[in-house]
Amino acid sequence: MPHTTRVLRSEWTKIRSVRSTLWTLATALVVTVGLSAVFCALTASQFDNLGERQQATFDATQTSFSGSVLGQLAMIAFGVMVVSSEYSTGMIRSSLAAVPQRTVFLAAKIFVATMLVLVVGMITSFLAFFVGQALLGENSVSIQDEGVLRAVLGGGVYMTLLALFAMGISFVLRSPLLAFAILMPFFFLISNILTGVSATKDYAQYLPDQAGKTLTAVVPESLNRPYGPYEGLLIMVAWTVAALIAGWIVLKRRDA
Amino acid sequence: MIELRGLTKRYGDKTAVDHLTFSVQPGMVTGFLGPNGAGKSTTMRMMLGLDSPTSGDVHIDGKRYDQLRDPLNYIGALLEAKAVHGGRSAYNHLLCMAQSNNIPKKRISTVLDLVGLSDVAKKRPKGFSLGMGQRLGIAAALLGDPKILMFDEPVNGLDPEGIHWIRNLMKHLASEGRTVFVSSHLMSEMALTAEHLVVIGRGKLLADTSMADFIAKNSRTFVRVRTPQPERMRDVLGSVGVMPVFEQDGGMQVEGIEPARIGELAAWYQVVLHELSPQKASLEEAFMQLTAESVEYHAQDQTSPQGAPQRGGPQQGGWQQQGAPQQGGPQQGGWQQGGPQQGGPQQGGPQQGGPQQGGWQPDHGGNPPRKRR
Repeated sequence: MPHTTRVLRSEWTKIRSVRSTLWTLATALVVTVGLSAVFCALTASQFDNLGERQQATFDATQTSFSGSVLGQLAMIAFGVMVVSSEYSTGMIRSSLAAVPQRTVFLAAKIFVATMLVLVVGMITSFLAFFVGQALLGENSVSIQDEGVLRAVLGGGVYMTLLALFAMGISFVLRSPLLAFAILMPFFFLISNILTGVSATKDYAQYLPDQAGKTLTAVVPESLNRPYGPYEGLLIMVAWTVAALIAGWIVLKRRDA
Repeated sequence: MIELRGLTKRYGDKTAVDHLTFSVQPGMVTGFLGPNGAGKSTTMRMMLGLDSPTSGDVHIDGKRYDQLRDPLNYIGALLEAKAVHGGRSAYNHLLCMAQSNNIPKKRISTVLDLVGLSDVAKKRPKGFSLGMGQRLGIAAALLGDPKILMFDEPVNGLDPEGIHWIRNLMKHLASEGRTVFVSSHLMSEMALTAEHLVVIGRGKLLADTSMADFIAKNSRTFVRVRTPQPERMRDVLGSVGVMPVFEQDGGMQVEGIEPARIGELAAWYQVVLHELSPQKASLEEAFMQLTAESVEYHAQDQTSPQGAPQRGGPQQGGWQQQGAPQQGGPQQGGWQQGGPQQGGPQQGGPQQGGPQQGGWQPDHGGNPPRKRR
């Protein structure tokens, strides 16, 4: 068996043998689907009370993914835990003693986690969509409508990229506490506040999660961004790649 | 075989490991000894490629650690700090390490049996005792059946049974022809297990010698003689070809002659003796003296090894009796009660012999205040 395959199997064993994996991913799915369902049910009952402009730019697809506001935090938690638990437990010393080729180690860990998150992210996104649309009733859209399938797939990609971004940052910060303390408030509050304030919006709309939102939108006017979903994807990928490269440099350079 | 060449690690302007060059030979236990903070763990981490050296390198069977494919099959290590995810079962911990290094699964149950953890294989190490955690670390080190084994302070915090087990394990592994490299800050521990000794202090190599040589060189025996007639005693000893070494506080160290013979000579030449005591330096004291200048943090203590060398070197035991009577001890009861007029319990006779007392009293006249210091 080639070396890389063996390291991948080893990383898979690691990821499936700790409880935090199940907890964080299950939370991401349940919270996203559940909260989206609540939003959709509320929207359906209040739709007639919405303003004319709001009704005109109503994005049923995005509404059925709105629970990701909280669900994404669990995805970030997964990314943080997968990487930083190596450092907080001291496991990193065993890991690097077993696989001293650090680039292989990092790539294998990220690949295994990415595959897992992609699967869970896609299930979450599709489940949230179908549950949400069922609740939206007459305001719902079909998966066959223009741009809808892309947006639902985009939901899964969005969650995956966010987890990857968190993994890259965790390789840089190495401490779970620090990673949580920076990433959680950032994605839950700061990013949204900066985008909400007109003075900072021009810059804040290029933050990873804000760019990623275009992925899940079908009605561009609902977001009012100067770029479309594919540019949004590129921006988010750029952030993620930058975080992973930073993490790779730190892993290569620093003592374990 | 492990070879270190000019291995150096600096953190800012502090040098943790300073141009270490030595090699670890197969088929024996090599002790890696040094006081706390001497750089032992840093050296071991560099051997495993976990820390990168500022300069110099380590070769394992001729290769750098990160050039080893499946390194666990060459070298197994138990590091001082815990290196296990507390939430991953012992079995799965070993499984993920085995998978990455192409080690067959059946080896996992073999090593778990070997360290006695088979019953808790499915348990999470979070709830393990210190000793169990140490055993899991050893199981991981043995997983690839490596020719080289490294243990960083393996007996730290273990109960006597665990210590005994690890000692025997290390000897057994060496007897199978493996290279065993074990660090400790306790000389007494090394004396029991190691055949070869590498001593470092402040990151510098202080000794690289066989244990037998170290013991021969450092377990010096001599006789301490104290007399009010030192010049005469010197001449007497000189007449049989022995040169005593004078200590600062008036005693003398005599080597190469039995205490009984000294006593007989003194009696023959009518030299008064106040002390005649055989002294033997322990290995621990030899180690302390060797590393005295390189100890990272000295305790503020009058008996610290810093002061020891001038006062008579390794024979601290004897020095405490004489130079630092405030330390208590059975002999002093007599001293303090009796004051200067009474000889020490060692001397017995002198207080009765009139003529000698004259010479003897002034000698000790200044002593009582010093004793109570």
